[in-house]
Amino acid sequence: MAKVKGAVVVDMDTCKGCNLCVVACPTQTLALHRNVNGKGYHYSYMENPDACIGCSNCALVCPDSCITVYKAKIA
Amino acid sequence: MAEVAENIQNIIKPENLVYQKSPVLTDKVMHYCPGCSHGVVHKIIAEVIDEMGIQEDTIGVSPVGCSVFAYNYIDIDWHEAAHGRAPAVATGVKRVFPNKFVFSYQGDGDLAAIGTAETMHAVNRGENIVMVFINNAIYGMTGGQMAPTTMVGQVTATTPYGRDVDLNGYPLKITELIAQLPGAAYVTRQSVQTAAAVKKTKKAIRKAFEIQANKKGTAFVEVVATCNSGWKISPVDSNEWMEEHMFPFYPLGDLKDGEKEDPEALKMNV
Repeated sequence: MAKVKGAVVVDMDTCKGCNLCVVACPTQTLALHRNVNGKGYHYSYMENPDACIGCSNCALVCPDSCITVYKAKIA
Repeated sequence: MAEVAENIQNIIKPENLVYQKSPVLTDKVMHYCPGCSHGVVHKIIAEVIDEMGIQEDTIGVSPVGCSVFAYNYIDIDWHEAAHGRAPAVATGVKRVFPNKFVFSYQGDGDLAAIGTAETMHAVNRGENIVMVFINNAIYGMTGGQMAPTTMVGQVTATTPYGRDVDLNGYPLKITELIAQLPGAAYVTRQSVQTAAAVKKTKKAIRKAFEIQANKKGTAFVEVVATCNSGWKISPVDSNEWMEEHMFPFYPLGDLKDGEKEDPEALKMNV
């Protein structure tokens, strides 16, 4: 059976580390990075990339529209 | 680890794209605090404008409040109004350009406090405009003072012991008031704290713009929102606080769905 895999790209510079995407993620893919970006925020990143299913929940709740979502079927 | 990275690179290709920032939003970084609901609502409005293909034909009226700079973020024509007067300005814009889509974007301090008269009368006249109302129960921009929509018992900068009804009155359910008016076509209350809620709000705002296109009357969309800086809690806790304390008092759902009343039916018999 083909498996659906997703990947998100977080714009590190515009992320404000509000944590809403981390909470919205149903598969615990995202987390806040221990490093900070230019504004001093702990930006969001894919801590567990294998778990991503490309559901776009994170991108929908992101107030700063800094998440882009990709989804593909892997045989 | 290298394999995982390679897999991700295989997925991140233009043909696999499922969600990206709306092209109607500008590249400017929003000045809102981390986790502010304004950003989500801006995004929803931009997506609706993009999907309907009305970017060239939409005129927004921005309020006074945190969202005063909305014109920097959504790439359409904008008009800035004096505090609370966005519905009046939107009325004028819509009457001069009846074929354009006109919407006002206001917070609770703007729409429900200083602008109550303009709001009520614009809806009562049944102006063909969309009004987006962000209700976060506080004056966010000026430092978290009590707004008319502040909950009973809620601690703010001007009610340090919690809002007391004897002293400060009851919270104002302006959306319920507006739903009574004959000029209102569509009155709804939504929220944006989860992905499902965001999708519902998007449908509501899309419907509001379609009502304007069909000239059915005023469409009013309230969004129950958070102000984590004003409430002085984290964005995630704000969402929980909102669900726990605001939703019982401001229940979500459609309050009116139809069109403005037929003037012929109201005409007196002479």
